[in-house]
Amino acid sequence: MSARDEKRDGRLLDDGRVLDISTLPTFAFGNRSPMWWGTMGLMAIEGTVFALTIMAYFYLRSHATKWPMSQFPPELIWGNLNTAIMLGSMIPNHYAKQAAERLDLKKTQFWMVVCMLVSIAFLGVRVLEFGALNTRWDSNAYGSVVWMLMALHTTHLITDAFDSGVLTVMTFTGLMEGKRYVDVSENAAYWYFVVLSWLPIYAVVYWGARF
Amino acid sequence: MTVSGDTAQRALATWPDRSGPGLAPGDAYTLEQTWSDPPGIIGWFAAINHKTIAKRFMVTTFIFFLLGGLLALAIRLQLALPNGKVLGPDKYSQVFTMHGSTMMFLFAVPVMQAVATYLVPLMIGARSVAFPRMNAFAYWIFTMGGIMLYVAFFLDIGPDAGWFAYVPLSGPQYSPGKRVDFWAQMITYTELSALMEAIVLITTILKMRAPGMTLNRMPLFVWTILVTNFMVLFAMPAVMLASTALITDRLVGTHFYNPAEGGDALLWQHLFWFFGHPEVYLIFIPPLGFMSSIIATFSRRPVVGYPAMVLSVIATAFLAFGLWVHHMFATNLPELGKTFFTAASLMIAIPTSVQIFCWIATLWTGRINFKTPLLFVLAFFVILLLGGLTGLMLASVSLDYQLHDSYFVVAHLHYVLLGGAVFPLFGAFYYWFPKFTGRMLSERLGRWNFWLFFIGFNVAFFPMHVLGLQGMPRRVYTYPSEMGWDKLNLVATIGALTIALSMLLFIVNVLHSRRRGEIASSDPWGAGTLEWGVSSPPPMANFHVVPVVHGRYPLWQEAGTPRYVTGLANEWREVLITSVADAKVDHRLWLPSSTIWAFLSAVATTILFVGSIFTPWAVVWGAVPVAIAATLWFWPKHDIIERRVESELRP
Repeated sequence: MSARDEKRDGRLLDDGRVLDISTLPTFAFGNRSPMWWGTMGLMAIEGTVFALTIMAYFYLRSHATKWPMSQFPPELIWGNLNTAIMLGSMIPNHYAKQAAERLDLKKTQFWMVVCMLVSIAFLGVRVLEFGALNTRWDSNAYGSVVWMLMALHTTHLITDAFDSGVLTVMTFTGLMEGKRYVDVSENAAYWYFVVLSWLPIYAVVYWGARF
Repeated sequence: MTVSGDTAQRALATWPDRSGPGLAPGDAYTLEQTWSDPPGIIGWFAAINHKTIAKRFMVTTFIFFLLGGLLALAIRLQLALPNGKVLGPDKYSQVFTMHGSTMMFLFAVPVMQAVATYLVPLMIGARSVAFPRMNAFAYWIFTMGGIMLYVAFFLDIGPDAGWFAYVPLSGPQYSPGKRVDFWAQMITYTELSALMEAIVLITTILKMRAPGMTLNRMPLFVWTILVTNFMVLFAMPAVMLASTALITDRLVGTHFYNPAEGGDALLWQHLFWFFGHPEVYLIFIPPLGFMSSIIATFSRRPVVGYPAMVLSVIATAFLAFGLWVHHMFATNLPELGKTFFTAASLMIAIPTSVQIFCWIATLWTGRINFKTPLLFVLAFFVILLLGGLTGLMLASVSLDYQLHDSYFVVAHLHYVLLGGAVFPLFGAFYYWFPKFTGRMLSERLGRWNFWLFFIGFNVAFFPMHVLGLQGMPRRVYTYPSEMGWDKLNLVATIGALTIALSMLLFIVNVLHSRRRGEIASSDPWGAGTLEWGVSSPPPMANFHVVPVVHGRYPLWQEAGTPRYVTGLANEWREVLITSVADAKVDHRLWLPSSTIWAFLSAVATTILFVGSIFTPWAVVWGAVPVAIAATLWFWPKHDIIERRVESELRP
C-alpha cells in the first residue's frame, strides 16, 4: 500500500480516529468539481430537447407527401459558413480551457477575448442563416419545426455568448480566484456542447430537406 | 413534558450514546451563524439554506394539494346526484383541468423533490445541497408559476382542456382565448423548476456524500432520489418542447399540431406521454424510498435484499420510458407496435414485485413497532396492489378499447397515485415531522387521520371501477338518472367527504403539534440513518462535525475509525467534496452566501413568462431584466474574493 498523500487523502489524527482534511485543495477541475456535474446535467437536458425536436422533424416528415413542404430547401452558404466558424471556435476555446486549468490569467484573458470575437461572428452569420431558410415558421409544419430547431440552437448561442462575456469581463476586474478558473473551464466544456450539438441540427435542417 | 425515544432511554443508560463528537460551544455558535440566512424581511427573501427552502417548498406544495383537493370535492359534489347544479359545464371543465394539473404538476412531482432537498443532505452527511442559490431559484419559480395559474383560474381564465391538454381541443381553433396559454406556461415554470432541482439533487448525491458512504452504502431513499432525478433530466424536456410548440401554435401561428398545414395531432400525444408516463414513476419512485426508510425503522432491521432493491429501482426507471404508447392504445397506431408496449407494461410489474417481496420479508423477520408511519406504509400494499392489478388489465389492448376514457381509468390512476405516492408520503410526514420541527405529531390523531383516509379513499374510488364498467365516461359534468349511476356516485362523494375530514384532522394535528407536541429527541424512532444522528430540528450546518461512514445504517453500527472529519472551516460555508463512487475525500469548496438575486431573478423570469402569453416580443424585452438579475446573482463581492484567495489551496 502506498503512503498516504495528505493533499489527496487528508491526514489521520488522534490514533486514526479523526480525518483531517484541512490539507486538501479548495477547488478542482473536471469531473472532480460539482460544477462539471451541473454542466453535464444541463447538457443532458438540452441534448434531450434537441433529440426530441429532431425526432419531431422526422415524424412530421414521415407523414408528409412532399418534403420540404415549402418550395426550396434552405440555402447552404450561410449554414456551411457558420458550421465552419463554430468548428473553428473550438480552437480558442480549447486554449481558453487549457489556460484556465493552468491558472494562467494572461492567457485566459487573451483566449476568452478571442472566443468573444468569434461568437460575434457566428451570431451575425446566424441572422443571415434565418434569412436564407426559404420558409417561415408560419408557412407550414415543415417551417415550424425548422424554425424551432434553429431557434433552440440560437438561444444556446446567445446564452453561451452572454455568460462567456460576463466571465471575460470578470477576468479583467481582479475578481479572479480558483473557483472562477473552474467556471472558465466548465464554460468552455459547455461551448463544446453548443458547437457539437449544432452538427446534427445542421445536418437535419440543411440536408434533411435535400434527401 | 415527556421526552420519548433515546433521550429517555439514555437517561436509563440502556441506549448507546450516538451523538458522537461535538464542537466547542464557541465554534458551534460560529458555525451556526455562518450557515444562517440573514434576518429581516429582505433576509427572508434572501434565504438559501436547503432546510429553509425545502420547508417552504413542502408547505407550498401542500397548499396546492389542498387546493387540488377542494377542486376534487367540488367535482364530487357536482356528480353526487344526477343533473347536478353545483357547477356549470364550463366551470366544470376548468375545475377538473385545474384539479389534474394541480395534483400532477404543482403537488405530486415537486413535493418529492421538496422532501428530498430537505433530507438528502442530512442522510448523506452533507452540510448543504450543491448549488444552494439555484435551489432557492427553483423554489421561487415553481411558486410563482403556481400562483399565476390560480390567479388565472380565479379570473375565469383557468385552463379547461384537461390536464393532458390534447390537441386539437387545446389548439387555437377550439380553445380561443388565453386559458390554455396559462396552462402551457405553467408547464414551463414547473418543469424549469423540476429540471433545476434534478441537477441540484444529482450533484449533491454524487459529489457531497460523507467520506466512506460509497454508492453501495447509500440509503435506499437516496438511491430512489438519484434515479428519479436522472429520469427528470430525460422526461421533462419532452413536455417542455410539447407545450412550447403548443403555445407557438396558439400565439405565433406555427403548425406543429395543425393537420391542414402538415402538422399532426398525435405528435402531441407522443411528446406528452413520453414525458407523462415516466412522470408517473417520478411520483412513484421516491415513495419507494419512503417505504424503505420507514419499513427498516419500524421493523428494526435493515431492508432485505439491498442490491435487489437498488437494481429494481433502476430497472423501473428504464422500463418507464418504454410505456408511453399504452396511453395511446385508442389511436390508430400499428397493432404490432402496441403489443410491444403491452409487454413492457406487464414487465414493469416485475421490479415492483421484487421490492414488495423484499419489504414483506423485512417486515416478516423484523420486530414490528406499530406506529402511524407504518400504517400509511401498509396501506400501500393494499391500495397500490389493486391499482397495479387494474394497470395490468389496462395494459391489454382489447380491454383498453373497452375501458378507455371511462371511470375505470379514473379509479385505476387514483389507486396508483394515492396508494403508490400519497399514502407513503403521509407516512413520511409522520416519520420525519419530528426531524423537521423538533416535535412529534400526535399518534391518536394520526390513527384517526389514517383510518378516515384509508376508508374514505376506498369508499370514494372503489365504486368508480364499477361505474367505468357500467360505461360512465370521464369528464362529463353530469348524467341523467336513467343511466343508473346515481347510487355509486353518491357513495363516491361520501368517500370524498371522508377524505376531506381526514385531511382536516391532519392539519389540526400539524398545527397543534408544531407548538404543543411532545418534544422529539434526535432519534425518536430508533432509526439507523444519518439524519437521526443530529438534533431535531438540525443545526443550520446540519452536522457540527462531518461523520465518516462505515456501513449502510451508521447509527445501528459500532463506530469505525476514523469516526469523523475535521478541518472544515466554521467561519465560512465550506463543504467537503468526495469522489462519485467511493466517496473518498477530494477537495473542499466554499459555497456562496445568501442572496436576494435568486428571488429577483425568479421575478424577472416571471415577467418574461407571463408577458410572453400576451406578446411574443416579451421574450426579447423580458430577457433584459433576466440577464441583469442573473449577472448580479453571479457577480462576487470583492471582500469575499479576497478572503477566498487567502484561504485557497491549489490542486
